[in-house]
Amino acid sequence: MDLKAHLKELCAVAAPSGYEAPVRDVIRAAWAKWIDEFTVDGMGSLIAVKHGTGRKPRRKIMLCAHMDEIGLIVSEVRDGFIRTSTLGGIDYRVLLAQTVIVHGQRPLSGVFGAAPPHMARSRKEYPPAEELWIDVGLPAAEVAELVRVGDIITFDAPPFDLKGDRIAAKSLDNRVSVAAVTTCLYELSHRRHTWDVVAVASAQEETGASGAASAAYHVQPDIAIVLDGTFGKQKGTNEDESFPLGEGPTLSRGPNFHPLLFKALQDTAKDEDIKIHIEVVPGNSHTDAWEVQVSRVGIPTALIGIPMTNMHTPAEVVDVRDVKRAGRWLATFITGLEPGFLDDMAYPMPKEDHS
Amino acid sequence: MIDLLRELSEAVGISGDEGAVRDLIVQHIRAYVDEITIDPMGNLLVVRRGTGRVKLRVMAAAHMDEVGMIVTGYESDGTIRFSAVGGLDERILPGTRVHIGAEKVPGVIMWPPIHINTGNDTVPIDRLRIDIGAANKEAAQKHVERGDAITFNSPFVELGPTVRGKAFDDRAGCASLIKLIQGDPFPFDLYAAFTVQEEVGLRGARVAAQRWQPDMAFVLETTACHDLPQDPDEPDQTTITSLGGGPAITVADASTISNPRLVQYLVRTAEREGIPCQFRSPQHAGGTDAGSIHKTGIGVPSVTIATPCRYLHGPNLIMSLSDWENQSNLVRAAWLALDEHVISHQ
Repeated sequence: MDLKAHLKELCAVAAPSGYEAPVRDVIRAAWAKWIDEFTVDGMGSLIAVKHGTGRKPRRKIMLCAHMDEIGLIVSEVRDGFIRTSTLGGIDYRVLLAQTVIVHGQRPLSGVFGAAPPHMARSRKEYPPAEELWIDVGLPAAEVAELVRVGDIITFDAPPFDLKGDRIAAKSLDNRVSVAAVTTCLYELSHRRHTWDVVAVASAQEETGASGAASAAYHVQPDIAIVLDGTFGKQKGTNEDESFPLGEGPTLSRGPNFHPLLFKALQDTAKDEDIKIHIEVVPGNSHTDAWEVQVSRVGIPTALIGIPMTNMHTPAEVVDVRDVKRAGRWLATFITGLEPGFLDDMAYPMPKEDHS
Repeated sequence: MIDLLRELSEAVGISGDEGAVRDLIVQHIRAYVDEITIDPMGNLLVVRRGTGRVKLRVMAAAHMDEVGMIVTGYESDGTIRFSAVGGLDERILPGTRVHIGAEKVPGVIMWPPIHINTGNDTVPIDRLRIDIGAANKEAAQKHVERGDAITFNSPFVELGPTVRGKAFDDRAGCASLIKLIQGDPFPFDLYAAFTVQEEVGLRGARVAAQRWQPDMAFVLETTACHDLPQDPDEPDQTTITSLGGGPAITVADASTISNPRLVQYLVRTAEREGIPCQFRSPQHAGGTDAGSIHKTGIGVPSVTIATPCRYLHGPNLIMSLSDWENQSNLVRAAWLALDEHVISHQ
């Protein structure tokens, strides 16, 4: 399996929150040969079941990676120029002079206009998104014809290779985790696993993790592992909250995560000699895990992170070795799941104390 | 002709490192010129003999260099430190894709995530870093050297009546000058300079003019155009030029007061030939090679004819193809009808 090519194919697709259909089709095609049942739920998440070899009723592990990307949406068209609102946590400070695709009646190549330095009123601050205009280089009448308020806009930032094993692209958050799930499914295709594996490519994470919430409700898994991008070490990040690219995925610890599932995954990594880093998350992880954990009666949940620099810019960067490691780690963990694993997850009830 | 624009736009040549652009231009004009020289500054200087009807030394200039960046050092984590070459607004840099050096090593200008980094003050260029994928300093040194040029990785795009790309300032002018050289000869000997180092102080044009001591000079440039919807509260409502309004004649800018007779001559030519043209708004900073040429020797009557270009000095400029085509149309018409009376003092 050519992981780099797969990841680039995923990142090349434009699919912001609520508009995931194009990437969902690509993911479905990539997973099809290993999957027994596909469902698309009411929120647009792709739910893919790979049956285990155990006796029915089988236990279910859910792998959840969101497929949506941050984007923008047209809020006004004036004199041939386009004003925007954000769709997810776009970093307005990177918008000046960036290229975008305006998904109008046909895709239009655009750029956020930036006054030349000789004319810029003040260069001390980054202008807010509402002050910026997109220019598609067409006459005003044609723009009025082709672009409507509510049309979506995505970064025009096709993937490309950096030196070593790094890739730069838009939407690596979180296509990188989708690719890790693909790697896991590929690994499982020539291994035996007794549990059912339910791979979910969730919708609308960037606008509040609502896709994962409904998917978890639908799947009702026994345990869930969420995968998402995490902060790569770079200038401007702190020691404890960021992780060097190429030195392994992260495993999160904190109230959002089941401590025994955390321990089990940590043990697998240790046994398999897979290098990981522990990420401490004191509260809301701002990932799908936050919603999945409280689905139905509560689901033991873990979070695996792929370190990524420049998150939420058109130039996100990851090291594909981390993706490969995460996929292999997951597959090994799933292969080792016995029917009694869930009993190990149960919090022990203290014996009655009559003293 | 769009292919010529594409080729020149995508070529890499920051100030002081214009060799690749120069080599490209030589290929396009060598067959049409009578003399060709590369001077000690790196200017490409050519002479195209005319019919001999007009005894004037007419100089034309377009600069080959583009605004960009340059590698200044490495961090232990393999990221690259850099500085600007020419006038850059550093607010356009975060998250931008770049090419480094002759091998065009791809890189991205890094930007810590908004979840952690929430400040709104502009981060100066000396605190930005480029990632090329090197895990440490030694790995970075294998691919990139200190002093290597950094340019925007911005492919040329045809948008319809407009085109988008980097370095139209002033490869668009270079392309126009190439077209003029490739056409029929003019009544006078044309001294055409493809200049270096305009963006760091109009330095190439100065020595070219000092060498030739021309009777008059025409500078083929691009100029600012900010005809976007204006904030009604903003006191400064000027757009400098407007896209699609034709080539812009500079009456005055921060570097030059254009020769008024040359300005009038161009306007009359445009009216006679039915070529649209406009005046560049004289306020606002900015200069052209005319700024150094007109002060050369005993003084050289000079004028700038520029293609309006949005988002100048950034990675993605937009200009109108008809404005660009009319730049050379207007200059060609003016040159074919030129005579000594245009500037002689009677």
